[in-house]
Amino acid sequence: MRSFFLYLVFLTVPSLAMEGTAPLKTVDWSFNGIFGTFDRASLQRGFQVYKEVCASCHSMKLLSYRNLEGIGYTPNQVKAIAQTYEVQDGPNDDGEMFMRPGKPKDRFFQPYANDQAARAANNGALPPDLSLITKAREGGADYVYSLLTGYAEAPVNEKPMVGLYYNPYFSAHWIAMIPPLSDDMIEYQDGTPATVDQMAQDVTTFLAWASEPEIEVRKQWGFRIIIFLFIFSIVMFFINARIWARLEK
Amino acid sequence: MANVKKSSTLSKDSNRIAKWIDYRLPILSFLKAEAVDYPTPRNLNYWWNFGSLAGITLVIMILTGIWLAMHYTPHTAHAFESVERIMRDVNYGWLLRYIHMNGASMFFIVVYVHMFRGLFYGSYKKPRELLWIFGVLILLLMMATAFMGYVLPWGQMSFWGATVITNLFSAIPLVGDSIVTLLWGGFSVDNPTLNRFFALHYLFPFLIVGLVFLHLVALHTHGSNNPTGVEAKKPSDKIPFHPYYTVKDILGLVIFLTIWGAFVFFAPNFFGEPDNYIPADPLVTPPHIVPEWYFLPFYAILRSIPDKLGGVVLMFSAVFVMFIIPWLDTSPVRSGRYRPLYKIAYVFFLVACVALGWAGAQEAEGVPLLVSRLATAYYFAFFLILMPVLGFIEKPLPVPESLQESKRKKGAGR
Repeated sequence: MRSFFLYLVFLTVPSLAMEGTAPLKTVDWSFNGIFGTFDRASLQRGFQVYKEVCASCHSMKLLSYRNLEGIGYTPNQVKAIAQTYEVQDGPNDDGEMFMRPGKPKDRFFQPYANDQAARAANNGALPPDLSLITKAREGGADYVYSLLTGYAEAPVNEKPMVGLYYNPYFSAHWIAMIPPLSDDMIEYQDGTPATVDQMAQDVTTFLAWASEPEIEVRKQWGFRIIIFLFIFSIVMFFINARIWARLEK
Repeated sequence: MANVKKSSTLSKDSNRIAKWIDYRLPILSFLKAEAVDYPTPRNLNYWWNFGSLAGITLVIMILTGIWLAMHYTPHTAHAFESVERIMRDVNYGWLLRYIHMNGASMFFIVVYVHMFRGLFYGSYKKPRELLWIFGVLILLLMMATAFMGYVLPWGQMSFWGATVITNLFSAIPLVGDSIVTLLWGGFSVDNPTLNRFFALHYLFPFLIVGLVFLHLVALHTHGSNNPTGVEAKKPSDKIPFHPYYTVKDILGLVIFLTIWGAFVFFAPNFFGEPDNYIPADPLVTPPHIVPEWYFLPFYAILRSIPDKLGGVVLMFSAVFVMFIIPWLDTSPVRSGRYRPLYKIAYVFFLVACVALGWAGAQEAEGVPLLVSRLATAYYFAFFLILMPVLGFIEKPLPVPESLQESKRKKGAGR
């Protein structure tokens, strides 16, 4: 009987891991765990990586510039970031659309006008929107980090695919995205050395924040509420015992 | 010792306004009779907490649902974004949505435990057949509500789950295709589907409230069953609901909320599929289409049959067979405690349900398919063969005379 249960348990184990992909590299993210918070410096570096590298192909449609206050920028800094983009607005009183500098309320600048344009520019592949990427992939932040740092020489038994790059963490093993990061491709404003690993960690932190901006508040609330409910449970346990003791008499 | 009266009136020293109201509309004495003085067996164990937990979960689901609906847009072009707006821009919207989302799983956990308890202690037996049937109707409506609710965020799993499940109805001969068109409001899962699912997802919980009311009326007519399955005979077998069971239910509730809260605050997407955070795309089919965990046993039964119509019939039978349980069980003894063979059959039934749940999450091939076939066979054999036959061949253990006797014996045993 017991061995049958164990057998069932073991059967489920391989099914949890992704089929045919390499086991993910795990990172001890600052936002993991009950007290997880985001490292503001890493978030801002990660935003810089997104802005200077990823944003040329990947949109983040669900984010507005005003959201960047959440990674530690002041309202004035956010205004300055937004102003670097040209945004179409209108129609004005003459019925004309016009261009103006971006404002904090505007959504993040999108690299392509539509999905068709994105496919046309990327050999038929659609670069996914990154607003929810760590929530939308099995493995979350670890998956994104593994994918970004996981490009490798294809083993001999893998048939090379034209225009695709070998990455054992990707479901099909051959991904249309060119290895996006290389050492010192950007210059961090805070002087941190821009290694591939550093950039991958920073941009993953930024993307995890973008997927779940409520994470810090949620965990702080959660801690308090669980403590409250736990103490409430203990109190109720004793009240319950005391009231039921009346019956024993 | 508690003095329990059958019908209650307001006490003499109650407030004048209360008396004035109660003379004209006896709602206060009704509440006193049904929620305060209500005579309840003195020996209920913690498995009896799950009924009140289910009721409270329903209320929490309705409240969070109404507030979510204030911000949700049921349109294929806006649904996904409006849910993300709730998560990002609505004040504490993430809290509302995560409570509601995890609440669906909590609701099913609580209701499944509630049903397994009824199944073990024979709570469906005379005179509680209708009580049980209302319960199964509630389960059916819950399943429909949960399924339609899962479609609303309009993610990949929403869309493809809806496509797969609604397509099942096309297996019905002659009218199948017409039924599917009717469900869709067109010729594919599209905006009209989303609109009607939203309307019905809002309506059904209130139908459930109505059924819960009937469930409670039926319950209070003959009172709760109890772990011995012996009807309370002496007045001392029963105690007033308040304070004994109010306080016990609150204890259970607080522990339950702690667990629910742990999911909401620390693992809000534990029960979910990552694919549902990808907007629905009718042109891209996800590699694995999996229903929510609470449907997995039924999904496994569906896929255990190679024939589509056969699978659909069997899946629906798995729920509908529950309606006739009161008449399938032939044993004169109510509680599983005194039924040695039924106890064994019941444990295997639990194992079969868990095995079905596991198999439902796997690809339907090889070992999982074999497991789901064996478990499906046992699922139906348990209801249709073991339940009727065991009543005749089983020799039940001696049943206690009264509830207090059983309590004393148990105490002496320790």
